[in-house]
Amino acid sequence: MIYVDYYKILGIEKTATAAEIKIAYRKLARKYHPDLNPNDKDAHKNFQQINEANEVLSDVEKRKKYDQYGSDWKHSEEFEKAKQQQQTSQSQRSRSYGAQSGGDFSDFFESMFGGAGAGGGRSRQAKYRGEDFNAELHLELIEAYNTHKQTITVNDKNIRITIPAGVENGQTIKIVGHGGPGTNGGPNGDLIITFKVSNHEKYKRLGDTVYLTIDIDLYTAILGGEITIETLSGKVKLNVKSGTQNGSKIKLAGKGFPVYKSEGSFGDLIVTFNVTIPKEINEKQKVLFTELSKM
Amino acid sequence: MMKTKKLLSAELFCVSHNIEISFISSLQKAGLIEIITMNNVPYITSKQIVQLEKIVRFHYELDINVEGIESIMQLLQRIEIMQNEILLLKNELRMF
Repeated sequence: MIYVDYYKILGIEKTATAAEIKIAYRKLARKYHPDLNPNDKDAHKNFQQINEANEVLSDVEKRKKYDQYGSDWKHSEEFEKAKQQQQTSQSQRSRSYGAQSGGDFSDFFESMFGGAGAGGGRSRQAKYRGEDFNAELHLELIEAYNTHKQTITVNDKNIRITIPAGVENGQTIKIVGHGGPGTNGGPNGDLIITFKVSNHEKYKRLGDTVYLTIDIDLYTAILGGEITIETLSGKVKLNVKSGTQNGSKIKLAGKGFPVYKSEGSFGDLIVTFNVTIPKEINEKQKVLFTELSKM
Repeated sequence: MMKTKKLLSAELFCVSHNIEISFISSLQKAGLIEIITMNNVPYITSKQIVQLEKIVRFHYELDINVEGIESIMQLLQRIEIMQNEILLLKNELRMF
């Protein structure tokens, strides 16, 4: 376990007064508060540290204990025993930042002061919702095409969720009430799930539009013809116009990706033709191509 | 079909969060929240509660005044829009 220098975290001297601690804490809290730094894990971590530092240094008793045993935290247990014999007054839990802080105190803190936030110093006893939990869910592109149910395990609890078709890579959904428990009787936090949708080898997706490149032979490109292509919703017959150029595109309306939370609506499928030139030709073909070239 | 709104008494919110009702009024004046009054009783829609709790934390825990909160909320909104744009662009880049 590593010794945590709370004075260094708050950027103050060991001789700092209570007012100086308060000012330093407020300044850093404004900088790293999770409400002001959405989706910033580093800021959340910093906020936990300054919150913990403030929890200790703003409390006269805790600060005294920390100053005495901080760097030699293993002896704090003996100190604690002696203290308990003297103390009769009860302590109140008052960690009001639990709502967004991401909660946990360091092992060092737990070792010196017991449970997180125990015996805190702030007097305002507000109800706050619990911390939000964040989870990542990986999906294949094909899985994101259909609305389906999936069971996920968060903190040893199984939660069955419905994943609507058309969910985007990086998109988040909120499962209300499945986060951490609230403080002072406040409601539970939420579970925020971020979807990671894998790229597909064949189908490229941008929003609701799907891009597909298909090979057609030289003869079909020149003469035209009917081909069958595989779309995300099944096989589709396609008429290739005569004289189709390499790289040309056609749009198949409604054959793309489902529009998120809009049942029955689909984006478009853009098909790009890749005209393949034969690498080897036989003698007869060579004669015919030569004749064609002279026409 | 008529839309229904879930309402919470502003007074109850203030009691449970240990804050003054005058603070809620100042937020309404600044246009940060919407108050619905029925039979002279002010109510907050349930949809605003998460936002309101965030505002309460800004004010009571970080000592930020209403004007400051107003600016912060606008900036947070802009951050959200930009984050969505970044997500869109990242997904576009994944195609190549």
